[in-house]
Amino acid sequence: MSTTTLDRKPESQTRLTVIDCDIHPTLRGGLDNLVPYLETRWHEHLRIYGPLMHQAMAKTLSYPRMQPGLARIDAWPPEGGAPGSSLSFMRRQHLDPNGVEFGMLQPLGPGPMQRNHDFGAAVCRAFNEWQLQEWTGEDNRLRGAVVIIPDDVEAAVAEIERVGANRQLAQIAFPPRTADPPGSKRYWPIYEAAAAYDLPIGMHVSGFNGHTLTGGGWPSFYIEDHFSNVQVMQAVVTSFVLDGVFERFPGLKVVLIEGGLGWIPALTWRLDKHWARMRGEVPQVKRPPSEYIKENIWFTTQPIEEPENPRDLLHLIDWIGWDRLLFSTDYPHWDFDDPKYVFKVRLTEAQKSQLFRGNARAVYSRLG
Amino acid sequence: MAKHVVAAAAEVIPGDVKIVTVNGREIGLFNVGGAYFALLNRCPHAGASLCHGQVMGLAMSDDPGTYRIDRPGGMIRCPWHGWEFDIRTGQSWVDPEKIRVPRFAVAREAGGDIVQGPYLAETFPVMVEDDYLVVEM
Repeated sequence: MSTTTLDRKPESQTRLTVIDCDIHPTLRGGLDNLVPYLETRWHEHLRIYGPLMHQAMAKTLSYPRMQPGLARIDAWPPEGGAPGSSLSFMRRQHLDPNGVEFGMLQPLGPGPMQRNHDFGAAVCRAFNEWQLQEWTGEDNRLRGAVVIIPDDVEAAVAEIERVGANRQLAQIAFPPRTADPPGSKRYWPIYEAAAAYDLPIGMHVSGFNGHTLTGGGWPSFYIEDHFSNVQVMQAVVTSFVLDGVFERFPGLKVVLIEGGLGWIPALTWRLDKHWARMRGEVPQVKRPPSEYIKENIWFTTQPIEEPENPRDLLHLIDWIGWDRLLFSTDYPHWDFDDPKYVFKVRLTEAQKSQLFRGNARAVYSRLG
Repeated sequence: MAKHVVAAAAEVIPGDVKIVTVNGREIGLFNVGGAYFALLNRCPHAGASLCHGQVMGLAMSDDPGTYRIDRPGGMIRCPWHGWEFDIRTGQSWVDPEKIRVPRFAVAREAGGDIVQGPYLAETFPVMVEDDYLVVEM
């Protein structure tokens, strides 16, 4: 049985400061809140026709979530609105008490998944203006993400060029479930633009591409839906590496957000083994896959693995690399990791400094 | 150990929780089938305010395809990660031997007895004709 209570004293609330690499700002009452940022043509489209994704149900996720609003039950703002929609409550409940030095925003909107690409691109633009106006412009600890619709590559690149120089935006939000695996050549113009602006590709679990969530078909339960995120992230890593994206764009940084950690060493070992035997099929991969993974890809910690023996986490991080992990909370979502409790084992000051702050500074060039 | 009058008994109803502060510690008061229980308002897993979660039963299955609810109204489910705890014992469902929420003894006392008795920290008027919950801490 997994026992995951603390094996040490909690971190002092006053001492620990963190760079939180996964915070979700949310529209207060749904897409209607984007109206001030939508062109009239798309505002009217929203009003008359509405959104449509690659699934039957336009207004729900692929599987109903565990808790309303996907959120901690205590995260509903007292003044009303969805969890994550009130900056003042977010400050009071999370940013201030948890010592958040910088918070990386991940707005999870439907823009990137629209089947009407022009409408999706308009929603993405509106999300970017909304972040700048109502979040990063209001609290200088926050950094936004350039929301794009990857399957309309032309629109995605245009949006990066439109707002990519704004230093309040620190990465590009690219959902890991796109029409093709993300290493596919059709997406390379996006990586070229990302590298040109020194913007990491932040892949937060999300997206609806019409394919089944797992390699084995459609799951029955949310617990399976939740676990399928691990499979998607493995597909993302293999695609980026084997298609040669990091050979073409050696400076490209990819951050995998909320996809778990335990699978990384296993995938790396297996990819290296197969590469030694089948390298000739993918000659663009000039070095063992593990080398690209350790140079170009980072991983956020939440929801952290909680092994039966908490010390096993130290072995896991040894295998992945202490420089690869970025602390994240996922506030205000239900599976939030509290910085004072997230690591059940004692870390050295140097390790804490790396995981809570240092690695994020190495990835994101727009902090401070 | 001192006795604290913490709430009127009628305020603590089945399926709900009333949160009070005793000696600076938040505790949740519960009514399970007419019996009263008190738990510390702090989840041992990751520190959430446990008693802000949902009061529920325990969904169980003896065999795939069969379902029943055990301990109806007898479990509290953490508002963050959904860990389930038995309100009567404070024990965690996933690891009852090792993980437990601190609990406190609660007694239901008649107002008439309290007015005369050795009780502490009354923050509200006690009526002779009503019943009250008394926590020992």
